[in-house]
Amino acid sequence: MHSLISVIVSGVAVGCVYALIALGFTLIYKATEVVNFAQGELLMIGAFVAYSFIVLWGWGYWAAIAATMIVVAVIGFLIDAVILRRIIGQPQFSVVMLTIGLGFVLRAVGTMIWGTSSLVLPTPFAGAINVGGVVVSSTTLSMMVGAVFLCGAVGMFFGLTRVGVAMQAASQNQLAAYYMGVPVKLLFSLVWAISGGIAAIAGVLIAPVTLVDSNLGFLGLKAFAAAVLGGFGSVPGALVGGVLIGLLEQLSSWYVTADMKDIAAYVALLAVLFVRPQGLLGSVGRKKV
Amino acid sequence: MRRIFKTHYNQDIDLFRDGIDRNIYCGLLVILLLLPLSVGSFWLGEISYALILSITSVGLMLLTGFAGQVSIGHGAFVGIGAYANAVLLTSGLPLPLSIIGAVVISTLVGALLGYPALRLSGLYLAMATLAFTFIVEHVFVHWESMTGGFGGMSVPAGVILNYSIMEGVSFYYLCLLSAVGALLLARNILRSPTGRAFVSIRDSEVAAQSMGVNLASKKTTAFALSAGFAGLSGALLAHRIGSLAPDAFGVLLSIQLLLMVVVGGLGSLHGAIFGAIFVSMLPQIIAVFRDTLPDSLAQQPGLEPGLFGAILVAFVLFEPAGINGRWQKVKAYFAHFPMHRKATFRRQKNFTKSERFR
Amino acid sequence: MTLLNVRDLTLSFGGVKAVNAISFDIQAGEIFTIIGPNGAGKTTLFNLLSRIYRPTGGEITFDGMNITNVAAHRIAKLGIARTFQNIELFEHASVLHNLLVGRQAHVETNVLQEMLFLPSVRKRELEHRDVAERVIELLRLEHARDELIANLPYGVRKIVEIARALCTQPKLLLLDEPSSGLNPEETHDIGFWIRDIRDDLGITIALVEHDMGLVGRVSDRVMAIDQGQMVAVGRPDEVRQNPQVLSAYLGIPS
Repeated sequence: MHSLISVIVSGVAVGCVYALIALGFTLIYKATEVVNFAQGELLMIGAFVAYSFIVLWGWGYWAAIAATMIVVAVIGFLIDAVILRRIIGQPQFSVVMLTIGLGFVLRAVGTMIWGTSSLVLPTPFAGAINVGGVVVSSTTLSMMVGAVFLCGAVGMFFGLTRVGVAMQAASQNQLAAYYMGVPVKLLFSLVWAISGGIAAIAGVLIAPVTLVDSNLGFLGLKAFAAAVLGGFGSVPGALVGGVLIGLLEQLSSWYVTADMKDIAAYVALLAVLFVRPQGLLGSVGRKKV
Repeated sequence: MRRIFKTHYNQDIDLFRDGIDRNIYCGLLVILLLLPLSVGSFWLGEISYALILSITSVGLMLLTGFAGQVSIGHGAFVGIGAYANAVLLTSGLPLPLSIIGAVVISTLVGALLGYPALRLSGLYLAMATLAFTFIVEHVFVHWESMTGGFGGMSVPAGVILNYSIMEGVSFYYLCLLSAVGALLLARNILRSPTGRAFVSIRDSEVAAQSMGVNLASKKTTAFALSAGFAGLSGALLAHRIGSLAPDAFGVLLSIQLLLMVVVGGLGSLHGAIFGAIFVSMLPQIIAVFRDTLPDSLAQQPGLEPGLFGAILVAFVLFEPAGINGRWQKVKAYFAHFPMHRKATFRRQKNFTKSERFR
Repeated sequence: MTLLNVRDLTLSFGGVKAVNAISFDIQAGEIFTIIGPNGAGKTTLFNLLSRIYRPTGGEITFDGMNITNVAAHRIAKLGIARTFQNIELFEHASVLHNLLVGRQAHVETNVLQEMLFLPSVRKRELEHRDVAERVIELLRLEHARDELIANLPYGVRKIVEIARALCTQPKLLLLDEPSSGLNPEETHDIGFWIRDIRDDLGITIALVEHDMGLVGRVSDRVMAIDQGQMVAVGRPDEVRQNPQVLSAYLGIPS
């Protein structure tokens, strides 16, 4: 019984990280209507950069996290400011292809700089604590706490700060926001920066579980499945979808076979989409004619 | 500049616009038929590969370029075709039948995926097809009794009338026949009501529906057709690579196929062919490129996929209409030669049009 | 003879009744106009008639047949064609291509025959083309036949949309704001064409329209609706002077 609970706990923990990546997707989509297939690669870059700071240059863990966040946020900002801004108004399909291409480029850059072997990212979280008879490792706990903290911070940012509210306005109606003096282009790049920062943290959090290599980028696809599962464009949907998929993976590898883990997310996604084409929490949209 | 004087509706229905076009395409076919006389076996193999890819490319173009349904899962259909062909050959079916069987099987799977998928649109559909690719790959790995799993599965030599088609020239002719056949079928569909229904679904589903297009049946048709094309090319690909491994038919192949139609130019059969040629020649191009780079960079493992991505990015940014679009511009330049206007193809300034439904 | 009969048609989105128990009928051969302030439910009503929306209550009978639950793509075959308020043409196809899609309801060949382009397919294609050419001639679209929609000015697109609807050879044509976005001259032409389509082709027309001049010129009967409910129905001048209609438009308490 306890082992089942610990499976659930670790599932939720991994799910929290998926939820974070999915949150990054959803933020960008909600604000700029770009579907960022390179989100997983931003996460990968985040993990690599953190590795450089901590292992190669000997920075402290927390300082390294902050620095990583800034570096990836800048990368995200630049991707939008230099590349995506040029194709505003192109059909969504082109944008999807563009971000897929960017993902490939980022992954190639990652392998060129950090090589192909898996790296270990040391963390200060050691040992485990006993919560009501269930042993939870600190790493697992750090993933959950980090995710919850970050979601809270993002929520507060959008709800309470001027910039956050302006971003909400721009996502509701670009043109109107522009006329009201909101610097829409700058805000879009900022949204990219925020979601890059989130991806970086997600990368650092999940690194102890997965090791750091260029395959981390593929986590993005799973998180994308999570976002779609929850209903694309809905923030609660992304969070619920992420946790659900993390949970499903662990449970399926526990109950079925270990390699079911790799496709559990996708089986679940197909099953849900065929029953509810708009995802779990998505709203049914209809083009007005 | 060529002006066409139309005297009969048939001229708009016919396969070729006019006699000149017909002669060009027939000439091209003759050149392709005579190619084995002058080209070495390496290039013949490469051209066979381009022909194989162009079959999938045409199929994916029907689905994505004309019917507007994005699929990031066509690698799976190619895989299904390849494995089906190999399994049927192993079980003792003669070659033409095994290929036909492979096409039928992948068409059916396409229809099976297409039917539920028709309720999905845009991103949801792309994601569903992506999920499908992962699941099919998983099946290839784990259905060991059928596919040999990671150990791989060797494809029995194809024999027609005691004559092995594995050998270069005859395999080339098989590929040429299949590619020309596929192209002809696709062209026929596009100039008939079903093809027009595809385009109407792509441009406006509501209007298509109100004009009497049955969205469900047409989308399923598009899926089934393009899966069938992918299956045919998979069956041929199986013979080219000789031994099948599950990871050859994963997400990377699917994205490579999408690259083909985007780089070629969405919404045109010419584009499908251009894209297939481009992607099949990509390793050669990269090899040439690699020679010019300093060793430290050229030997990097990530170079190939990186260039791959960079090409994709460059096309979307600078030539969204793909190679075909560039070709049309070059043609227009020469057609109007001294009177060429620079602004003819200038892209209009655009604002984000919401594709979200509110 | 009654061509279209609508009884207690209702559509509610959540708690909002976009269309609330509307009943009316359209006689064969008349031009029937629906007017009303913005958001009154005019377009929604059209969407219900062409089955894009599923009504939550009521009944639609067309040509003696209950079409309340008929699938949207079968409506064209039964004889109802429509245009859209914001133009829903197939942007990246030629005008001719758009018109031929209008023949989709009458396609009898299947995809296998088409793949091989059997002679029967060619024969049907020629017939479809013939119908399309007649419409092109009627609406004088010869100059635009091979142009892509994306390259056409707005006014021409409006006409192409009517042409596409005519290609389905409908009994009832639903025009959703045919004059919106057109200049006075083009609006005047549309008026003539609407009458021509009725007089020459014998097609019954229902339209949603804001331009009261055009409404007065072409309509046989006018129905005014407000907030999903019918306010008045009758001859154009009667409806225009109806106090309830005036209050709906101008906000004067009746």
